[in-house]
Amino acid sequence: MSLEDTSATAPAPASAHELEFGRPSMGLALAMQGVALVGVFGVIKAFAGAPEGGPAWAWPVLLFSWLLAWWSVTSITSCEKHEPSQAVSLLIPVLFGIWLLMLWEALVTGLKIPPVLLPAPSAIGVKIIGNIPTLWADFQQTFMKSVLAGYFLGCSIGFAVALLADRVPFLKRGLLPVGNFVSALPIVGVAPIMVMWFGFDWPSKAAVVVIMTFFPMLVNTVAGLEAAGRMERDLMRTYAATHSQSLLKLRLPAAMPFIFNALKINSTLALIGAIVAEFFGTPIVGMGFRISTEVGRMSIDMVWAEIAVAALAGSLFYGLVGAAERAVTFWHPSQRRT
Amino acid sequence: MSAVAAKSSGLVARIAGGKVLPVATVVAAIMALWYVGVVFLNAPFQEMMYKNAGQTSYTTSQLIADTMEQERPVLPSPQQVAREFWKTTVGTPITSKRSLIYHGWVTLSSTLLGFLIGTVLGVGLAVMIVHSRTLDKSLMPWIITSQTIPILAIAPMIIVVFNAINITGIVPKAFISTYLSFFPVTVGVVKGLRSPERLHLDLMRTYTATAGQTFWKLRWPASVPYLFASMKVAIAASLVGAIVGEMPTGAVAGIGARLLSGSYYGQTVQIWSALLTAALMAAMLVMLVDVIDRVVRVKMGVRP
Repeated sequence: MSLEDTSATAPAPASAHELEFGRPSMGLALAMQGVALVGVFGVIKAFAGAPEGGPAWAWPVLLFSWLLAWWSVTSITSCEKHEPSQAVSLLIPVLFGIWLLMLWEALVTGLKIPPVLLPAPSAIGVKIIGNIPTLWADFQQTFMKSVLAGYFLGCSIGFAVALLADRVPFLKRGLLPVGNFVSALPIVGVAPIMVMWFGFDWPSKAAVVVIMTFFPMLVNTVAGLEAAGRMERDLMRTYAATHSQSLLKLRLPAAMPFIFNALKINSTLALIGAIVAEFFGTPIVGMGFRISTEVGRMSIDMVWAEIAVAALAGSLFYGLVGAAERAVTFWHPSQRRT
Repeated sequence: MSAVAAKSSGLVARIAGGKVLPVATVVAAIMALWYVGVVFLNAPFQEMMYKNAGQTSYTTSQLIADTMEQERPVLPSPQQVAREFWKTTVGTPITSKRSLIYHGWVTLSSTLLGFLIGTVLGVGLAVMIVHSRTLDKSLMPWIITSQTIPILAIAPMIIVVFNAINITGIVPKAFISTYLSFFPVTVGVVKGLRSPERLHLDLMRTYTATAGQTFWKLRWPASVPYLFASMKVAIAASLVGAIVGEMPTGAVAGIGARLLSGSYYGQTVQIWSALLTAALMAAMLVMLVDVIDRVVRVKMGVRP
């Protein structure tokens, strides 16, 4: 317990002392983590086997394993503080996630929470494996068609209008306040209108996504094109660079962090827009359709399976945009290592 | 006469130099596009109506006038939306189920509740994250991951699950608003609490200030501008959450329910006037936070 305290609150000068005595080794922490995981596994097994409540030792063991894991993660964090490493700073959130799932499983099975309220993670996993064709079809309909089409169209139009606004200052002064205002509006509300205009299939969902992604792209690109410094612009002028030359060689590269910011914001907005638009009418496939019908049939584990797919797809999409950002804006201070 | 002209030309110059004229131009262009859209989108149906009525000859101006006044247009004209909005806000008693003020209030109350809980939760999490390295390392990545779950998409499930344990009404909707609004607040306040410079933190140390004193006298005041910037994002997100929370079947009141029933019965004018209400509410809420921001700044002695 005292270890935890020092590592959490000790100011920097005290760390030399910590280094010599107080700090547990990484190996010990990892071993304790293993012990704790074995403990919670045993508890879950015991809960699953017992029809009512489970054996008396289960709850104390669960509590003990959890505290052990907490201590272990704390000491790993303090190790990481002294010897920063990529693997360890990835390990900490992963461990946290594993423990979240473990405690979820243990509490749901131990307290006998009805699956209608909150299914156990294992049940959701089984559902995912059992329904891969359905999930894949929904994923194709919603993600591959609506989201991607709408995302590319919305981002490109936003980008093009931003370039135009950059050329015409009058347009920029008029469009920016309107764009900022529209960003605060609940745009998903246009979903029923789009379904009326473009029909039940994916084009109406793509249209909602286009409208949702357009304004963040517009506002961010316009802001990004302002980002190049006065000095650099003057330099381009002394080179007698044309508008397009200074745009391509200076201002667009300087705008890239802003553009990628919009691309990242839009990656989550696009998924939400497509799924919500499906509540207003779809052919009998799609993630939003599946979620609303399975909720009606009270099979909540299928809904969670769909959510897991959506979260995974959203995270991967976000991760891909992030990877592209690191490749394109490698020069930016926020991308530098150490 | 000339004095008036000189005065007005000075005014024109001032307006043209600022934002008013460009914004007015863009808004006017949007309205013009809207009218063009009304004519083009509604004309085919109007021509079909003429044909069915056996009316063979009609002038273009008559066609245009009629496209503005269809009962269920593909795109309602601005004056139709304005008239419906006026009728359902001022012309209808507030207690009526058709009053947009009533529906707006239902949405607004859950927006504000969700926003309040979300802000408190967000600030609490931020304070914990700033003061504990373990939480910073382990919790922060999951707070970010939590936002990749499309909560708006699972709003129906949340409503149904809450209903199953006999929690109905405002709380499930407020939960969705909370989930959407806590995130920007957490991220913003963490940034704000870490914004004091090393020099100022060191000064607090030389005063042997306790952690609590450093927090209340340095970190918290430094984070206030960040808090308000996040709150503007959060309140807009709360409104979206509340509206989407009203969309699943079962909700009978609120802006979202108006949108859904409008889409079921093809009442486009109703949908558009509900959207107009939502837009006005969003603008008012953001402005409200902005006004509070200014007042707090003045109270804290920030010079403009």
